[in-house]
Amino acid sequence: MTDATHTGPVLAADGRPLKKSLARALRMQKMRALMLIAPLLIFVLITFILPIADMLFRSVENQIVQKTLPETVKELASWDPMSGQAPGEPVYAALARDMKVAVKAKTHTRLGSRLNYELTGASSLFRKSGRAIKKWDLATDAPFKEKFLKIDKKWGDIGFWRMLQIYSPNLTNGYFLNAVDMQKGLDGPEARPENQQIYIKLFKRTLFMSLVITGSCILLGYPVAWILANLPMRTANMLMILVLLPFWTSLLVRTSAWKVMLQQQGVVNDVLVWLGIVGDSSRLVMINNQTGTIIAMTHILLPFMILPLYSVMQTIPPTYLRAAKSLGATNWTAFWRVYFPQSVPGIGAGSILVFILSIGYYITPEIVGGTSGTFISNRIAYHISSSLNWGLAAALGSILLGVVLILYWAYDHIVGIDNVKLGG
Amino acid sequence: MKLTTTLFATAALAVSTGAAISGSHMANEMTIVSWGGAYSNSQQKAYSDPYAAMTGVKIINDESSAEAVAKLRAMEEAGNVTWDVVDVVASDAIRLCDEGLALEINADTQLAAAPDGTPASKDFGDLLVSDCFIPQIVYSTTFGYRTDMVGATPPTSVCDVFDTKKYPGKRALEKRPINNMEWALLCDGVPKDKVYEVLATPAGQEQALAKLDTIKKDVIWWSAGADTPQLLADGEIVMGSTYNGRLFSVIEEQKQPVAMLWDAQVFDLDGWIIPAGLTPERQARALDYVKFATDTQRLADQAKYISYGPARKSSAPLVGKHATLGIEMAPHMPTDPNNAKNTFLYNYEFWADYRDDIDAKFQAWLAK
Repeated sequence: MTDATHTGPVLAADGRPLKKSLARALRMQKMRALMLIAPLLIFVLITFILPIADMLFRSVENQIVQKTLPETVKELASWDPMSGQAPGEPVYAALARDMKVAVKAKTHTRLGSRLNYELTGASSLFRKSGRAIKKWDLATDAPFKEKFLKIDKKWGDIGFWRMLQIYSPNLTNGYFLNAVDMQKGLDGPEARPENQQIYIKLFKRTLFMSLVITGSCILLGYPVAWILANLPMRTANMLMILVLLPFWTSLLVRTSAWKVMLQQQGVVNDVLVWLGIVGDSSRLVMINNQTGTIIAMTHILLPFMILPLYSVMQTIPPTYLRAAKSLGATNWTAFWRVYFPQSVPGIGAGSILVFILSIGYYITPEIVGGTSGTFISNRIAYHISSSLNWGLAAALGSILLGVVLILYWAYDHIVGIDNVKLGG
Repeated sequence: MKLTTTLFATAALAVSTGAAISGSHMANEMTIVSWGGAYSNSQQKAYSDPYAAMTGVKIINDESSAEAVAKLRAMEEAGNVTWDVVDVVASDAIRLCDEGLALEINADTQLAAAPDGTPASKDFGDLLVSDCFIPQIVYSTTFGYRTDMVGATPPTSVCDVFDTKKYPGKRALEKRPINNMEWALLCDGVPKDKVYEVLATPAGQEQALAKLDTIKKDVIWWSAGADTPQLLADGEIVMGSTYNGRLFSVIEEQKQPVAMLWDAQVFDLDGWIIPAGLTPERQARALDYVKFATDTQRLADQAKYISYGPARKSSAPLVGKHATLGIEMAPHMPTDPNNAKNTFLYNYEFWADYRDDIDAKFQAWLAK
């Protein structure tokens, strides 16, 4: 009780406190481990994280206006859009100077395409004006306002200048507003006209259909995994090939095969007509709609459900079921109370895989989805490769990423991510 | 960020010095981008094979034309353009030119003159729709129908597409507003020369969508050119729009019971662009190839393999027979007077401006 040396920290052999010494040794180990994975870490950072971050940044980036028309933007800042008057000569003179530089660098048409997303007609306005401005002499041709109006009346349009003013800053929330069916109005954000609203509907549809696909994967995959897990190893391995076979077949081939199967003159309808179940004139419509997308995607994603289920079920000892039955449980009670709870981690893992994969699916809905079975990814693909509105595509992608993260967080809270097992 | 910039700069420097040392006048390897399928095949037979035999250049074929604009933009941002010559539709060429991604071409100095000495700019005429665009073919988007599903009176007008009473069954239309909106207005009583004037107004756009709405439940929407021929061959649809060359192949090569409805076909152009920012050697090679591939004889040669009309006036008289089928190709060209009684020309200026706006409305209408 009185021995003071025993109350102090425990010392290591070199006289330092053991706790510190241990922490140091562990830190060294961690550093060494980090060094070992450093090449991979740097590779992932440069080839994966950075490009994604760059793409996400595009959803708010809007430097093109200020870069192309720096002086005009400065002059335009003092213009009051409520005045009901187009800006005065200084703005047009600045515009002429900016455009002269832009035409030389051929950046004016690029700005035109950018502004055309916000105001129809900007594209040809800039192309046309560029041709005329090439011939102007900045020193002698003032005043410019009339000259601009002579090229096109749109240069005197208050709506155009207001739009330019709204999109002057280097950062914009315009793409995000557009991605949730809104737009920048005079007094802040406002809803888009009803005949242009589409994205919210597509987000909802994507989530709903992904849930349905996950559900049908569970329903179809669970019995298959159960059979595989309870068969002798040799037979199970043979049957496993059947599950894996679709994995080895091209995605496009599988999707096109569903087209052949499900179309109105397809195999399924032919058989049904031949059996007399449906009339020749009332063949079922099973493709180019939601049904087609759900069927084809369930088939394609089924292995992602079966594999984790199978590996979890394999670890459940069959003796548990026998024990339950010997204690008087019916088949159903034994399954529901004893077996099923132990297979839940497999369902969790499979569901996360299938749901997250299907939420970003693109090619299958494009081929078999028609109009009612397409996903938000189809619009993202359109804006990346056809309309070149990468800002909007990035905003839609960011929202999708956010939704997935929120769902993941919710899942972690409700089920717990520790309860997910991909294997024994 | 700074590190990566330095890395990129170093790499770029290394590449440019390497290129400077190699020093020859023209690159001896080039990548040509096109659409794939029968179309790429016709280009390889008519242009690339003779060119490779003549110069010994190694030609790499890429089939990325459908995403050419997006990919070129990405390549330019990454500072590494790997393509030398790219086949695109005219509207994409205009956009690439607008974005500064394509090289401007002077038709008279950089392209071959016609055999009789007519300068290229006159020979191509108003098909030179952009400073960067070198026209190659005229193709059309038009309808084909199943001859065994239309009864005794086959359709003769594009408006029969909208007549589901007379011609019941599904129709295939492209999943985009372009062409469909024009046809809808035309069949809703708008005179042909007023179509774009009407379509420029919100009311006109509503009118077109309302007309399309009358057949919406009977439409299968396609997004790949091969869809309609397949749907016709399967008997899934009674009629559908697609590119005339695809229909030619269904009718003449696969002998399906399908016929052409040339009425109100929409002409469009396809041609070459050369990406901006190539090294001088590669650019010289690309220009040399394009000059060869778009001369009068070469354009006429292509028509032996596919039913698209050559873009030069001087090529038309040289169009002969199909290389394997042995049939005269002239009557199958969209530009043949018998086929071209009622035609549209894709309105590039209009769609460059209205594409984003009308597409938003069209897609919202589709999803309804």
